[in-house]
Amino acid sequence: MSEDVWSEQNTNPDAIEAALRELLRERHAANQALAPARVLNMVVVVDREWKGEIANRLERVGRYHASRTILCAVEEGRETLDAVAVVSYDEPRGGGIGVMREAVEIDLGPEQLSALDTIVDPVVMSDLPTVLWSPHGHDEAAAALRDVIDVTLLDSDDIPDTVAALARAQDELNLAYVVDLAWLRTTPWRERLAASFDPPSRRATLVSLEGMTIRHQASSRASALLLAGWLASQLHWDIRPLEPANGEGMRGRAYTSGSRYVDIRLETADQEVPGLAGVTVTCGGGRSLSLDRALGGLRAQESSPDRGEQSWLVLGASRGEGGILGEGVRQSHLRDPTYGPALRAARELGRDGD
Amino acid sequence: MQSAAVATEFEQENPLIAGLERLPVRSTALVIFGATGDLAHRKLLPALYNLAHEGALPERFEMIGVARRDQEDLDFREMARESIERFSRRRPDPPVLDGLTAEMRYVPGAFDDDEVYSELGGVLREFDERAGEPLNRIFYLSTAPQFFPVIAGKLGAAGLSECENAETRIVIEKPFGYDLSSARQLNAEVLDVFDESQVFRIDHYLGKETVQNLMALRFANALFEPVWNRNFVDHVEITAAEDIGIGGRAGYYEGAGALRDLVQNHMMQLLALLTMEPPTSFNADRVRDEKLKVLEAIVPPAIEDVSKMSVRAQYGPGTIGGKRVPGYRGEEGVDPNSRTETYAALRLHVSNWRWADVPFYLRTGKQLARKLTEIAVTLKPVPHLAFQSIGSVGVQPNQIILTVQPDEGVSVTLGAKIPGPRMRIRPVNMEFRYGTSFMSESPEAYERLILDAMRGDATLFTRGDEIEALWGIIDPILTAWHDDTTSPIPQYPAGSAGPPEADALLEDDRKWRRL
Repeated sequence: MSEDVWSEQNTNPDAIEAALRELLRERHAANQALAPARVLNMVVVVDREWKGEIANRLERVGRYHASRTILCAVEEGRETLDAVAVVSYDEPRGGGIGVMREAVEIDLGPEQLSALDTIVDPVVMSDLPTVLWSPHGHDEAAAALRDVIDVTLLDSDDIPDTVAALARAQDELNLAYVVDLAWLRTTPWRERLAASFDPPSRRATLVSLEGMTIRHQASSRASALLLAGWLASQLHWDIRPLEPANGEGMRGRAYTSGSRYVDIRLETADQEVPGLAGVTVTCGGGRSLSLDRALGGLRAQESSPDRGEQSWLVLGASRGEGGILGEGVRQSHLRDPTYGPALRAARELGRDGD
Repeated sequence: MQSAAVATEFEQENPLIAGLERLPVRSTALVIFGATGDLAHRKLLPALYNLAHEGALPERFEMIGVARRDQEDLDFREMARESIERFSRRRPDPPVLDGLTAEMRYVPGAFDDDEVYSELGGVLREFDERAGEPLNRIFYLSTAPQFFPVIAGKLGAAGLSECENAETRIVIEKPFGYDLSSARQLNAEVLDVFDESQVFRIDHYLGKETVQNLMALRFANALFEPVWNRNFVDHVEITAAEDIGIGGRAGYYEGAGALRDLVQNHMMQLLALLTMEPPTSFNADRVRDEKLKVLEAIVPPAIEDVSKMSVRAQYGPGTIGGKRVPGYRGEEGVDPNSRTETYAALRLHVSNWRWADVPFYLRTGKQLARKLTEIAVTLKPVPHLAFQSIGSVGVQPNQIILTVQPDEGVSVTLGAKIPGPRMRIRPVNMEFRYGTSFMSESPEAYERLILDAMRGDATLFTRGDEIEALWGIIDPILTAWHDDTTSPIPQYPAGSAGPPEADALLEDDRKWRRL
């Protein structure tokens, strides 16, 4: 990977934008097989002391890089803008084309956050979707950028208070499309539950669900609630808030029809990585299915009166946290209609907190 | 009562699939005939790994390899691991690779040996018993084509062409037939055992993202549709140029030639997708109905007209990338007097309301100047030109160019003013490249096609009547070329743009685009 770099202290947005244009023009003139990527603007607002860590996370997203990343690092006491613009590229081989990506780091002060739109707007590529990720809060910045952005990327598992985390996600969703990394952590589980109940004969058993237990890493309760909320919203359950279960998670009921109900349990699991550790659903007639995180995929265990006990591995590589963030960037181009209903149900289920 | 109504609603549609990008695939046992062959080695096994890596394989997935080589399950698993490690587009994740290969089974034997099918049936039943339910079955025929009817017939005789409470499908690799007569014969033999809905004839070109994007470009953009007809289109060129020779495939290529190898399938599919009417829905039969209609509108040439609408040629010795290469007749395994074409160019017409009188020029060849697959749609010139063209290239007709490889994308040539005091015009390009606009790496065509076959979605597969229509267009050309045993075959230097004889196909001062 090669890089062309420009930097300036005490600069301004016009100078940054002009520098980016000039870097791209010069590089394209030097090698016409290099073309700028035009996919997505990503605006990241971070505390300056954590800038390196966030930059490292962004580097680990695999191939799902935004084409223009604007990292705004907030530094106490600063009143001027310092900026570094980098155009990076791999020289194309074999007569193909090469793609250039742009990254800008802007150091700014807290006083400038309320007018962050006047700094960011001139620097984003017009006509491309713009995503905002503000992992350290900075609500003032998010408010200022409201009209600039199309998508808000957040992680409801990042905020220890799950009630507040889900309320924040709902607030953001009311203003822009939300990509929630906590929701994306549930994707393989949703896919597998959907697959498990896909054969028509099994779909009918969805009405006889009696229990659902979700095991999650301690910091990933939002993911667990979103998974429960997804099932509840898709199956039209009448939900009630879950209650703390003697320090061992949460439990409660959702009514499916009349007096029939589903027992819902959220349990913390001893797991290093964020996300879910396992899920068990039980149906009437003695059938149950468990999916648990395992090497090489999910370990499925099924028990039913007609087929007895069975266990098998559902293949799939772990994406890791870098992969989850990359998936979040990719999802900025898509629209998932089930997140909103799942979030509303998750808020209701988790309303009473611990 | 409410519960019963909801149960019925759920039975009709799975409420859990809404919003999911990856739709469920029923648990499946995949049987690959020819599992030790080159296609399985380079494409099929790596494609299966990538599907497993992404979590796209069915909840329960089993695989059986069938081939003549006498070896054990363990040997086959080791071979599969090596294929995946060498040819997968991503580095394998060891636990996923272990999980995928751990239970692979292998059945050795000749494809016409009843014992093979008896043993295969036993392994499939074993899988069903282990799963506690019958798995869907896919028989993937990745063998030499002469075995296609043999295997289909033996599967039927062994009672493996259908399974109670599960779907059974057969995937057949190309070439599907050698000419119209053999394609009809093969269709009849396969359809004697399987229903058309069970048969998935592969043309892997249809699994390529750019080829599918042809439909998106045409039917999701109001920009192109108004000009997509005889009123605005002057002519269309479809090029599939290769900068390599026949490699070690002399045995196959001598019997096939460029017309069968690329034109009858890949290039004609591109032509069909380019010219078909919009389907009413993106459903397998609706799309294939439209393709069939447009293929039937291409009038096959009379034998005596073949020499006027087609050119064949062979590459002679030449230089590619600064390296001397032998001519086709000098390649190892090739008859020194071979009349097999390594280059074919055709002029076709689609005789319908939309395309009447628009010529479609197709060309393909080996050992050409560069590797390039593209469709170039040239529009008619503007009716009146107010600008002086002195001192400039002048106004050229607009072209819409869809590049399939090497850099997938679309470009449009436009006339633009050259900066300066005078009104001088030259063509400029407006380009869209997949690589710059999408972050995702395109999956291999085989990944998409295997998954579609497991789902039972035949949109990207060729239907029986479609394959016969394709052969129907090509058959007279094959016959005329076959019957002509005396005319010299034009030679073009390896590394060139092809034979000058191909220029004569283009009327009205048109010229082939530069490779």
